[in-house]
Parts: sequence; structure tokens; C-alpha cells
Amino acid sequence: MAIVFQKPKALKDTPMHYCPGCTHGIAHRLVAEALDELDIEGKTIGIASVGCSYNSYDYFGCDMIQAPHGRAPAVATGVKRSKPDNVVFTYQGDGDLAAIGTAEIVHAAARGEKITVIFINNTIYGMTSGQMAPTTLLNQYSTTTPYGRIADQHGFPINVCEMLATLEGPAYIERVSLHDVKHIKKAKQAVKKAFKVQIANKGFSLVELLSTCPTNWGLSPVESLKRVEDDMIPHYPLGVFKGKDLEV
Amino acid sequence: MAKVTFISEKCKGCELCVNVCPKHIIAMNKQNLNEKGYHPAYVTDMDKCIGCAFCATICPDCVIIVEK
Amino acid sequence: MGQKLLMKGNEAIAEAAIRAGCLHYFGYPITPQTEISHYMAKKLPKVGGVFLQAESEVAAINMVYGSGSTGTRVMTSSSSPGISLKQEGLSYIAGSQIPAVVVNIVRSGPGLGGIQPAQSDYFQSCKGGGHGDYRQIVLAPSSVQELYELTVEAFNLADRYRMVAMIMGDGNLGQMMEVVEFRNEEPIEHYDKQWATVGHENSREQNVVTSIHLNPAVLEKMNLDLQEKYRVIKEKECRYEIYNQDADIFIVAYGIVARIAKSVIEMAKDKGINVGLLRPITLWPFPDQAFDQVIDKAKAFLTVEMSSGQMLEDVKLALNGRKPVYFHGRMGGMVPARDDIMKEIRNIYNLHVKND
Repeated sequence: MAIVFQKPKALKDTPMHYCPGCTHGIAHRLVAEALDELDIEGKTIGIASVGCSYNSYDYFGCDMIQAPHGRAPAVATGVKRSKPDNVVFTYQGDGDLAAIGTAEIVHAAARGEKITVIFINNTIYGMTSGQMAPTTLLNQYSTTTPYGRIADQHGFPINVCEMLATLEGPAYIERVSLHDVKHIKKAKQAVKKAFKVQIANKGFSLVELLSTCPTNWGLSPVESLKRVEDDMIPHYPLGVFKGKDLEV
Repeated sequence: MAKVTFISEKCKGCELCVNVCPKHIIAMNKQNLNEKGYHPAYVTDMDKCIGCAFCATICPDCVIIVEK
Repeated sequence: MGQKLLMKGNEAIAEAAIRAGCLHYFGYPITPQTEISHYMAKKLPKVGGVFLQAESEVAAINMVYGSGSTGTRVMTSSSSPGISLKQEGLSYIAGSQIPAVVVNIVRSGPGLGGIQPAQSDYFQSCKGGGHGDYRQIVLAPSSVQELYELTVEAFNLADRYRMVAMIMGDGNLGQMMEVVEFRNEEPIEHYDKQWATVGHENSREQNVVTSIHLNPAVLEKMNLDLQEKYRVIKEKECRYEIYNQDADIFIVAYGIVARIAKSVIEMAKDKGINVGLLRPITLWPFPDQAFDQVIDKAKAFLTVEMSSGQMLEDVKLALNGRKPVYFHGRMGGMVPARDDIMKEIRNIYNLHVKND
């Protein structure tokens, strides 16, 4: 018998600190599988952001830089502009990318920076224990919307893929989900394609992965996956928003 | 024939694998705890395993190695 | 020596950076330093370099952080409000020990302030405008020639000590034109940057650039290493000029104000008052030892700044009460006038020198 599934080489052995059932672990694995299968770990530089995944450099085996909150796309721009032959990716949560880092992601995309952005959307701030994020859904409870998110007070959730797809810069934008095996496999293809877009020098690529936060949602890991399907996908439809017919 | 290996020390007892196994041969070991203090998942009947790797795909912590 | 050129201060900085092997520049427009960006936009593409105008000074400093992490010589420039926006990035760069050159062409503040020259960012640059115990080397040129020479030196210092070296000019220096004499070859120091994140190519351990260490013992160790580095710099890298060593009264001034001081010294000489100048060139590390060389003869010190008196505190610390310290300053973009300084000198002379 041969091994058909195991931890990808580009993921280090360090056990991850993420809460039980948190899909960060799956997202990390998909990125690492892409690095393995495209054989690019050696020339990849990853940019960790600030949030639950602040120390993703403890898990990814490639060279890594830890960026200030929201600034990973700018750090990645500095790296890529200095080392255009390297593969550069950022790994960011929804607070990092869509709140404090909105200007950085919009302009990196608008410039068509040849970087790959792995965007984890779990509709909440995880690390700081459950505050509202720009992607928090209306009526969703959080520690800063204790009575539910109310549009009149807290504004509306931001659909990042749709927003960035209005820009000319990006070459490939897709939203995927991690809520079941079938979707995880599709997510893996999207992540891999995003890296291929970069390697083929086609421009900016971003994959948004709908993810869970059992701890701060107050749900079990299994219930959390269900919430992604029932509550999140209706507001954050899956699909390719830019670069449908892009051949890489 | 197929076989899965659960590195139970890495398991966080999140139970995601239990649900996705098409052969329903994964359960939580309620009798003991691993070093992290979780009830680790384990396979109840290895013979029925078809090596589909659904469990490994949904596992967030690379606990499961699948052979086929 | 090489080519002579009449150049604007801002352009001399940009030319110096390119000569120092800096091929990556990330900037953002703000008066009175924007010519640095213009120059880089024109020249860098011609020498295989990268010029990028970022969406904000915040983004620009983070691009510098990324570029510097790959071992590339990199620079950004801005002016006071923009430098304020960069403070978080500067703290990260200090904590991650990444070499970078940052130029501040200071303008009057606070807030939007004005676009006239000032020196009111001394505290921000030398005492740390960002969070945490960190320092950055701060060089204060007082001529366009020094803008060139100190910018080249800044890149060597940044690489040597893996930190930020800041050029602190002011609106005057940035906008004025003077002749610059360029060297045929620049004294570029090369360092083997094993720590750089350039991809491990499966041939070495992973490199990680980070400033976070949740384990307090580890973070304290990192801080102790930083403090040791700063101690060595304080010991080795102080730069200053003493003009008229055996004077009775010393003006302490840097940058453009030091030049005004020199003309006051000439005026005083005609009036039989022996005045000297102590000019810090490194604002950090502050040249305490310069004071020890003149303290025996000097009766009093007059610090002159385009601010409310910020370097003044370091002068007092250096003198430690041994001699009296006076202050004359202008704010808002006003420049200290020679005659006003002369009036202060006369008062000090009457108080401390005349009847000795």
C-alpha cells in the first residue's frame, strides 16, 4: 500500500494552536499542498498578518515575514518588487484584510501586484475574542454587536471578492468554502490556480476561503461548518469573480 | 484494502472526521484523553475503510495518514 | 574628487541613494520633499531599479519593511505628518532588525502645520515616535553636500547595524540648491545578509523576519540584544563638529540652524565675544562626549532650534548641570534670526563672561 494522504512537506511538524475544528488548519494545508505540488516552497516568501494566523510562520516551512495588522499586501509588494522571481503570498483574516488593511488590499489589487492573497473570511475577529469584523453578517452576534449587527449602527458586511473584481488590476479572484469535503477539494484547486497565476506572471490573485470560528461563534465545529453553508454562502456566493477563462 | 493512521496526540477532538466518513467507522475515544487533554478520534473497524481520505481532507490538524 | 553639480537638496538625497546602491524606493507625495520621488521616478527605471508611489506613507514604510527583509538596500522619504504615519512600521522594522533608510524633510507642525522648515520632529525621531524600546540612527545634515554624503553613510550604517538610519533635514535643506561634489566611487559596505527572506531554495533552514515573541523571556532577550546594539552604536558612531574650540560661549545647533550660528559667531568676533559652535551630526546617538571637550573653558551654552526646545533636553542631559544652558527657538516655520541670536549671546556674555 502507498500513502495517498499525509501532511504536506511545506507544513512544518509544529502542532497548530488553532482551536479544535477551526478551518485555519485546513486552509494552511491547502496552501502547503500547493507549494508542494508546484514545487515552489524553496522560492516562496509568505507574509503572515495579525490575527489568529499571526504566527503562520511557525507552520509554513517557506521563508516568512510577519507584517503589521492590515499591511501584508504592502509588505508583499515590497518583497515582490525587490525579488520578482520569487513567489510571494499573504495569509490574512477578514479583520486584517477588510478592515484596517482595506487600503493596502485595494491598491495592491489595483496595481495588479503579482502576489497571491489567501483571505480567510470567518465573519469575526478570532484572536481578540469575537469582535465584529467587516464581514460580520447582519443580525450576527459578536462581542461588539452584543444585540446583533444592526445596519443602522454597524453598517453592512463587505463582499471583498465582488469589490476587488471591479478593479482592472486583479487577474484571478475566486471565493471558495471549507465547509465540506467536496468544497475543500474545490478550494484546493482555487488556491493552486492562484499560485499558478502568479508563477505565470499573469498578475494579482486572491482566493477568499469561507471559514469557521467555533469558539467565537459559540458553536461546535460541526455546527460551525453548517453555519458556513446555511448563513454565509447566501451572502458570500461562491465562484470565480475575475479570470474565469484564464488559462494557467 | 486501505488503512488510516490517526496520530492521536495531534487530535483536538473536533469530531469533523466522524461526520464525513462514508463508512461511519470513526468515533471519539471517550475512555481516555491524549496529552492535550482531548478525546482523540479513532477508527472502529479498519477493514471497512475504503481509503477515500474524506476524514483526512476535513481534518484541520493533519492527524490522519491514509494508505491505499 | 568627481563631478560637481548644482543640485537641490532633495535631489542630492535621491542621487546619493542611487549611488549607494539603493535601487528600491517607495514613496508618497508630501511637501516639502516630493522632489525625491520625482527624481527616483525618473532615474531608478534607468538603472534597473524600482520606484513605486504607494497609496499612503503607511503602505510605503511597509513596502520598505518587505523589501528590506529580502536584503535589498531600500529607502522611503516623507515629511513630518507622513513620518508620523510611518511610526508603527518603524517600530516593526526596529523589532525585526531590518536595514532601511528613511528621510524626513521636516516641516512645521503640529497637525497639518505648515510647509515651512522646522526641527520639531527631534523627539519623534530620536526618542522613538513608535511603540517599544527602540532607537534609530538619526543623521542631521546641514548642507546639500552633507545631504549627499550622509545619505550614502546612512545606507552603510543601516546595513552594519540592521536598523533604520534616518536622514533628518528640513524644508530649507530640501528645497535649497548648492554645489555638490560627487566622489568617483562611493564607500559602499557590503554585508552577507544570511538572515534575508529570499526563499530557502531547499538548501538552508527557513528564515523568519518577525518582531513578535509572545514568550516574555524570549522578547526580553531580544530587547536586551537591541539595547546592546544601541550601546555599541552610542560608543562608536557619534558624529559632531566643534567650530572654534576654545570659545567662551557655545551655540549648540544642527542642520540649517548651525549655519546661521556660524554667521553669528563672525558677528560676535567683531564685538570681541568669543563664540563657538557645537554641531551634532548624529542626533541619535547624541554626541555627549563633544561637550566634555569644551566644557572646561566654556562658560555657558545657548541651544538654538526651530522648535520649542527638544534637543535642548539632550544638551542639558549631556551637561548634567555642569554649566548653564540657555535656549532660543522659533516655531511655525519661522527661522531664527541672526540678530536675535546675537542678542541672546550678548546677555549670556554680560552674565557669565564679561567680568570674569
